[in-house]
Amino acid sequence: MACVALLAPHLSTVDPIEMKPAQRLRPPGAVHWFGTDMYGRDSYSRVVYGSRISLFVGLTVATVTSVVGLGLGVFAGFVRRLDATVMRAMDGIMALPDLLLAITFVALTGASVRNVVIALVIPQTPRVVRLVRSVVLSLREQPFVEASVALGAGVGRTVLRHVLPNTLAPLIVQGTYVCASAVLIEAALSFLGAGTPAEIPSWGNIMAEARAHVRVAFWLLLFPGLFLASTVLSINLLGDGLRDLLDPRLARRM
Amino acid sequence: MVAYVVRRVLAVFPVMAVVVPFVFVLLRLAPGDPAAIIAGDYATPEAIAKIRTALGLDQPIHVQLGVYVASLARGDLGRSLHSRLPVSTLIAQRLEPTVALAVATLVFAVGLAVPLGVLAAWRAGTWVDRAVMVFAVGGFSIPVFWLGFLMIYGFSVRLDLLPVQGYAPLADGFGPFARHLLLPTVTLGLIYMALITRITRASVLEVLDADYVRTAHAKGQQPGRILFTHALKNAAVPIVTTIGVGLTLLISGVVITESVFALPGLGRLTADAVLQRDYSIIQGVTILSSAVYVLVNLLVDLCYLVLDPRIRY
Repeated sequence: MACVALLAPHLSTVDPIEMKPAQRLRPPGAVHWFGTDMYGRDSYSRVVYGSRISLFVGLTVATVTSVVGLGLGVFAGFVRRLDATVMRAMDGIMALPDLLLAITFVALTGASVRNVVIALVIPQTPRVVRLVRSVVLSLREQPFVEASVALGAGVGRTVLRHVLPNTLAPLIVQGTYVCASAVLIEAALSFLGAGTPAEIPSWGNIMAEARAHVRVAFWLLLFPGLFLASTVLSINLLGDGLRDLLDPRLARRM
Repeated sequence: MVAYVVRRVLAVFPVMAVVVPFVFVLLRLAPGDPAAIIAGDYATPEAIAKIRTALGLDQPIHVQLGVYVASLARGDLGRSLHSRLPVSTLIAQRLEPTVALAVATLVFAVGLAVPLGVLAAWRAGTWVDRAVMVFAVGGFSIPVFWLGFLMIYGFSVRLDLLPVQGYAPLADGFGPFARHLLLPTVTLGLIYMALITRITRASVLEVLDADYVRTAHAKGQQPGRILFTHALKNAAVPIVTTIGVGLTLLISGVVITESVFALPGLGRLTADAVLQRDYSIIQGVTILSSAVYVLVNLLVDLCYLVLDPRIRY
């Protein structure tokens, strides 16, 4: 899927926004592999280009969420006095329904890829913070961390040398799940009309346009959905694989 | 134990104390002046200012927040900026389809997912287990709205078995009500099921290793009884937790499903309110659904006391 996104200009057969009014709503065939939509645009090329938006949003959200979550989680785990404050704030955000929050945010700030990313980062962050904090809390009781502090290492050094490397494995695994759900929610947002602006093809808004033509042009809905589902499935499987690889103890539990 | 229950109930307040100001400030920071929208395109600046004063929008934001929290405490969610109807009335009008869909989904998903998960754990490593897990991982990866349209296309357009979209209130008879709700429930339920099946399998699998399960086998207890009384009962805590935490997934899913199947519920109310920048409604619905989430998770925590007598904080 990553290859498809990178190589989109080479894989697509025609310009994805080129309109051919004479060839509207054609079924899949030799020229237009996935058929054409109501403006005569080639559905296959649009789906190929759509992978760029989905993967970009997924990866950006996963990266930003991991960095912010790591920072806040380590902070909450180490600074005892502020632990409760940070965690109650996170509980509050977690209690908000993520999609409602994202729709509202995008609708009020305007549809753009940047706003979609922000709208997805806010509800995802608390999950990462909770994970990192729980790992940090158990780590700081470990003999090697206590030893480091006893030997006179500063908090900065202890965190950098001993705590961070040990939080990485669960963080990466969690990051892949965040990525998968970001891809799904981005599509849902675009589908509901509160996501990626209509002029940029994304799987969600391709399907939103297709919903009006379900009866006559079912293929317009089928293919982007298949791509979306298989992308999310691969990311989830990647996460499962990484988890089994990095933490055999967790593998039994899931 | 009474002390724990009291403490746990009180813990609801700090969470809501974060939710309410967060939603309030987020909505106020967004661009777009509701007073100008209500006044219309040709309004004079004086008219807009008058509306703003009437709505209290000219007050500093912390004063507005204070007024809002005070009325929340009295159970008043405010009035719609547009129709001037109380938000609680608007929500009450749209509540039935949403609650019906959520409850039906919950019953459908939990009712199928728990036995499936137990089955997979019992037959761990066989093709039955693998099939259930493929379903569980797959179900988690399929977009709800896409699945919804596949269902509509297959069952309503092609086979013509069920109504395409829309909603029939329960008051008009159970038949049409159930027929309209069936596809949305199955659509949303499959996603939620995937999550619960996975966690059920995992926690039952862990319990099956325990000594008391081996003892039960040794004394010749029937496998069915072992699975459901010994294993499932002891595996219940993580399953119930997941059902509670998964509620955000369910709420988001309800919004999407309502849109796909054109159900006139809370999701639609919110979507319309967002377009009109009707802050009071968005605020009301968001705070209400957060409150439901917090309360359900409170119930989940209190369930632990019943499910696992060892938990005695």
